Amino acid sequence: MKARIFVTLKGGVLDPQGKAIHHALDGLGFSGVNDVRAGKLIELDLADGTSDEDIDAMCRKLLANTVIENYRIEKVA
Amino acid sequence: MKSAVIVFPGSNCDRDLAVAFEAVSGSKPVMIWHRDTELPDDLDLIGVPGGFSYGDYLRSGAMAARSPVMQAVAKAAEKGAYVLGICNGFQVLTESGLLPGALLRNAGGHFVCRDVALTVENAQSAFTSRYGAGEAISFPVAHHDGNYFADTETLDRLEGEGRVALRYAESVNGSARNIAGILNEAGNVLGMMPHPERVIEPAHGATDGRRLFEGLVEGLLARA
Repeated sequence: MKARIFVTLKGGVLDPQGKAIHHALDGLGFSGVNDVRAGKLIELDLADGTSDEDIDAMCRKLLANTVIENYRIEKVA
Repeated sequence: MKSAVIVFPGSNCDRDLAVAFEAVSGSKPVMIWHRDTELPDDLDLIGVPGGFSYGDYLRSGAMAARSPVMQAVAKAAEKGAYVLGICNGFQVLTESGLLPGALLRNAGGHFVCRDVALTVENAQSAFTSRYGAGEAISFPVAHHDGNYFADTETLDRLEGEGRVALRYAESVNGSARNIAGILNEAGNVLGMMPHPERVIEPAHGATDGRRLFEGLVEGLLARA
């Protein structure tokens, strides 16, 4: 069983990395990019039967810092 | 006085901090490896040093905050030991929940490595007792993730309770309200981005940091 964890900065938290990417896209001539926010994708290969609660606890305890980040869990069959 | 300095893989200011502890207290701190699950009994002071613990993987300080030794540090802090986290140490303390908020990438995106002007906001704490309230001092900083962030409610609480120990007197990294160092509620844990241990001897070019360690030791000896 696999799970994908998407970790993103909360709205209102400054994202210098996103800004730099935005700037680089502008530099390549891609106009019309309004904003860029960069996040992380963490792929977990899990033992079958790992509970949703456990995956959620992994996110809260380590994978995301909920002071500044949101996370979304996507289970992949 | 019994002190210790925690060493993580990737710490690089651990020896500087140990030298500072020894220079003002006269006794050598114990160096504690991150895998240790217990600390010596009756530690008065624990240093969490700067560096790039675990290569800053995931987030600065995230891995170190979950290492076995940090649980022992949290227990010691609860019992009243002083804990001083500098630079990466500050990041570790916020990640472990011993201090509120988080340290984000510097607003300008650049690594900042230079001396910065600071204001001592709270001169009553165990860490700042040898400074004057509002005193202007200068410490070096060297960090990429020093942009202090907390929600408005937390920031207001920190300010209201006198827990902002140090503030930048100039624009450095985008920190909320120019916060450079904060205290926990009990006042025995300080996290700060600037490096006082790098300015304790005339040979360092400045000695503003020495009084931080002197004040701590003085307080500890008075307590003993």
